Amino acid sequence: MPAGYSEKVMDHFMHPRNVGEMPDADGIGQVGNPVCGDIMKMYIKVKDNIISDVKFQTFGCGAAIATSSMATELIKGKTIDEALTLTNKAVAEALDGLPKVKMHCSVLAEEAVQAAINDYLVKTTGKGLPGFKPHDESLHDEVHGQ
Amino acid sequence: MKHIYLDYAATTPTDEKVVAAMQPYFSEKYGNPSSIHSFGQETKAAIEKAREQVVGLIGGSVDEIVFTSGGTEADNFALEGIAFANQDKGNHIITSVIEHHAVLKCCEFLKKRGFEITVLPVDKSGLVSPESVANAITPKTILVSIMHANNEIGTVEPIKEIAKVIKMRNSECGSRICFHTDAVQTVGHIPVNVDELGVDLLSISAHKLYGPKGVGALYIRKGTRIMPFLHGGAQEHNRRASTENVPGIVGFGVAAELAVQGLAEETKRTLPLRDKLIKGLMANISDIQLNGHPTERLPNNVNVSVKFIEGESMLLNLDMFGIAASSGSACTSGSLDPSHVLLAIGLPHEIAHGSLRFSLGKQTTEEDIEKVLAELPKIVEKLRKMSPLTKGGK
Repeated sequence: MPAGYSEKVMDHFMHPRNVGEMPDADGIGQVGNPVCGDIMKMYIKVKDNIISDVKFQTFGCGAAIATSSMATELIKGKTIDEALTLTNKAVAEALDGLPKVKMHCSVLAEEAVQAAINDYLVKTTGKGLPGFKPHDESLHDEVHGQ
Repeated sequence: MKHIYLDYAATTPTDEKVVAAMQPYFSEKYGNPSSIHSFGQETKAAIEKAREQVVGLIGGSVDEIVFTSGGTEADNFALEGIAFANQDKGNHIITSVIEHHAVLKCCEFLKKRGFEITVLPVDKSGLVSPESVANAITPKTILVSIMHANNEIGTVEPIKEIAKVIKMRNSECGSRICFHTDAVQTVGHIPVNVDELGVDLLSISAHKLYGPKGVGALYIRKGTRIMPFLHGGAQEHNRRASTENVPGIVGFGVAAELAVQGLAEETKRTLPLRDKLIKGLMANISDIQLNGHPTERLPNNVNVSVKFIEGESMLLNLDMFGIAASSGSACTSGSLDPSHVLLAIGLPHEIAHGSLRFSLGKQTTEEDIEKVLAELPKIVEKLRKMSPLTKGGK
């Protein structure tokens, strides 16, 4: 497989699930930064506290697109609370692993989910996730290890 | 699926004639060139023949060629060798921001050891101005190192003009500033002659010109004060110890000779293909730009930035069609930043992340170029549909 990617990563990269915009989204989260070379935008539709639909748009490498795709699959049909327990490790594991230098992509995917849910909560309850921080750029450095 | 290799700037396939010429030097003609017996004399003669073949390609004389393990060693040898041998005269080195890491990292190393480094900027096409070199020279300058052509964007630097500036300064001030050029991307691809260029040192790598990997050379003009790079035996006139890589050197020599024979024709063949690819990409993809100089450019280099999408994702898609290219995106280098060259020519990070380099070579056909022109627009469209940066562009 090219660039050390698993078959699952390549499958999600070449055939991403849930791609696109969602004009009537209940929550939208965008994380990342063009300077770093990856931006993820996640849209969620919530019905009875359940994420009934999810879409994403990503500017980034193969891993960024694959982790976005996998994250949408993992939260679709889940309750808000369940979706909030999604970790970057779970995204990476569901893809049969990621090369070490690409782990930050899974962190972005986790953050994109959190950001979309936070946006939904702010819009519906006026209160966001406790302790929610917008995308932390320094995290990128940490995960990259440089 | 036919594989289409468009990454000749990374490395080239070793020519079959080169491999055939190397073959006897593993198990049949294996003598150590330093030995006085016939086994040694046979391989010694083979090395000297290769030296003549390299001279045939770049000019100079045989005693000005030192074989190395490749381009990186040649660059390191030139910079460190000149720096440490001329410390009594000065400690200032001038280079450019778009040099290969083999030069830039070497400068960082020398900086830590007390040398002063001036890193010259380039204009947006990647050119170093000879005036900026002239203005950077101080009484302490001992070395200027500017690459002949850039490996990423293909811009060919005004080496002759820079050499003139340095020579003028040397004659006016009685100084002896050395001029080194990393010609790894040009030797075997465009005409290179050390006297016409006016350089004192010139780096070559064999595997960029259809020779084997692990061998290269540094041209060192007679009278240049340089410290040996490896210490040990008396090989390479005491300038580079270690038993010679005989098969590699023999292969390098043959590759050099083949380049002499085929260079003009190859350029004539590649240039229209390069221009077809550039024109086709500009016509078939919106929001795309050519990186590097439009005319002062290697005949086999195409480097473009495709807006709103990222390089690695394009490379992976191209790879699915058997097309091999490269990118200056951070995601392909394993580091956080995109290519230092693309940033140096003023590209914003997100445009640099969307860069693609196609480098053409002997096996590139018109059909290959047509295949890229057919597939890449579809790939771009697919990725742009996924991108949050796309604003109605296709």
